[in-house]
Amino acid sequence: MTVDGAPASAVIRRGLVLSVLGLVGIGAVMALAILGTPTEARQGLAQKIFYVHVPTAVVALWIAVPATGIASMLYLWLHDPRLDRFAAASAEVSTVFCLVVLTTGPIWAKPIWGTWWTWDGRLTLTLFLFFLLLGYHTLRASLRDPVERGRFSAVISIMGVVLVPFIHLSVYLWRGLHPQPIIMKPSAPSLPPEMLRTLLVGFAVFTIFYVGLVTLRYGIQLAQDLREAADAA
Amino acid sequence: MGRALRLALVIAGKDIRMELRARTSLLSAAVFAALVLLVQNFARDPTAVSTIDLAPGVLWVTVAFAAVVAMNRAFTVERENAAFDGLLLAPVPREALYLGKYFANLVFVLLVEAIALPLFVLFFNVGLGHALPGLLATLLLATAGFVAVGTVFSAMVVKTRFAELMLPVLLLPFMVPPLIFAVKTTVPLFAGRPLSEVLPGLRFLAIYDVVFLTLALLLFPAVVDE
Repeated sequence: MTVDGAPASAVIRRGLVLSVLGLVGIGAVMALAILGTPTEARQGLAQKIFYVHVPTAVVALWIAVPATGIASMLYLWLHDPRLDRFAAASAEVSTVFCLVVLTTGPIWAKPIWGTWWTWDGRLTLTLFLFFLLLGYHTLRASLRDPVERGRFSAVISIMGVVLVPFIHLSVYLWRGLHPQPIIMKPSAPSLPPEMLRTLLVGFAVFTIFYVGLVTLRYGIQLAQDLREAADAA
Repeated sequence: MGRALRLALVIAGKDIRMELRARTSLLSAAVFAALVLLVQNFARDPTAVSTIDLAPGVLWVTVAFAAVVAMNRAFTVERENAAFDGLLLAPVPREALYLGKYFANLVFVLLVEAIALPLFVLFFNVGLGHALPGLLATLLLATAGFVAVGTVFSAMVVKTRFAELMLPVLLLPFMVPPLIFAVKTTVPLFAGRPLSEVLPGLRFLAIYDVVFLTLALLLFPAVVDE
């Protein structure tokens, strides 16, 4: 994604351009969702949040968090500081995306499910992921030595990735035979083409935004690391 | 493997001997557990909620909090006089070092649980009876799992400034799956259901133990090697 050795400011600039592009795209998705997409018959306007909520959730859970885990595993093996920097940047963006998912979800759930919060499996899993990410950042922030910080963060990130299926299984079984909340979310394949189009644009835009933010964060970290190395020398 | 296990037992023996002589952290963890039990009794409306409805949750919340407190000491004791550097310099495989710390932690947490359990029975008026073997198996399996994770984490947090606060922040999310299954197992046990009914829960706890103990053994060298 980024070339190490290129000056940090070039990376930051690239990250800024991509992030702004992502932001403009998010604005476009919102406009498209409100003006260019038919309103869902049963849920009405509340369903519009779907075009922000679902892409953020998918990018966070299927791209950002796995990317952090893979980079952490590779870091323990290769000890390349670029991997640690990337893992940290990706984890930070994952945290923000999880927070967006956890905020937009209840806003939608209040009118549709009739409650802000429910201990539904997917909801609980996202909440746990959010707490795992917070723990990851707390640990990083409290360690000074960059090599130690890299190793410890990689260890906790790998353990977190292994924990996810256990959380998934246990929160589902915890509910036992209780009925799942009636999910009126239209499932993707049955979406009318206009809705599917807006959703797909949403996926693309949020992926660009993720890449932009990670690049930006990576560049800032690179600048910090270079500065520290220069100070130490 | 035999040698590693023997070395692990030597390290665990050292920790346990130290603790039995000083007794400070064991006693404070036990008092802490008793206080958590006490506090939880007042977190209910005595006229509306009977103790038995709350009992499984109370037991496992107490176990979780007391275990975190007890596990904090594993590596903090090594901080004094740079004792841990001595351990790392000794010709001991990292896996044996981990297992030694793991065994010692396991013994401590189980000791704290052994003190807390009778108090729990007393305060919450729980008739254990037939539930006891199943409950002991649940306690052992659940504890074995989260202590495996906690031992790795306590070796990491000792390098940070707020180790005592950092451990629960990192560890509690990892304790939730075993706790969910422990509660799932405890509820039918307290209701007098047969042991066969809780076997799936126990099996899940055993899987968690195997997975995280293996993972911890693989990752521990990355935590301690400079």
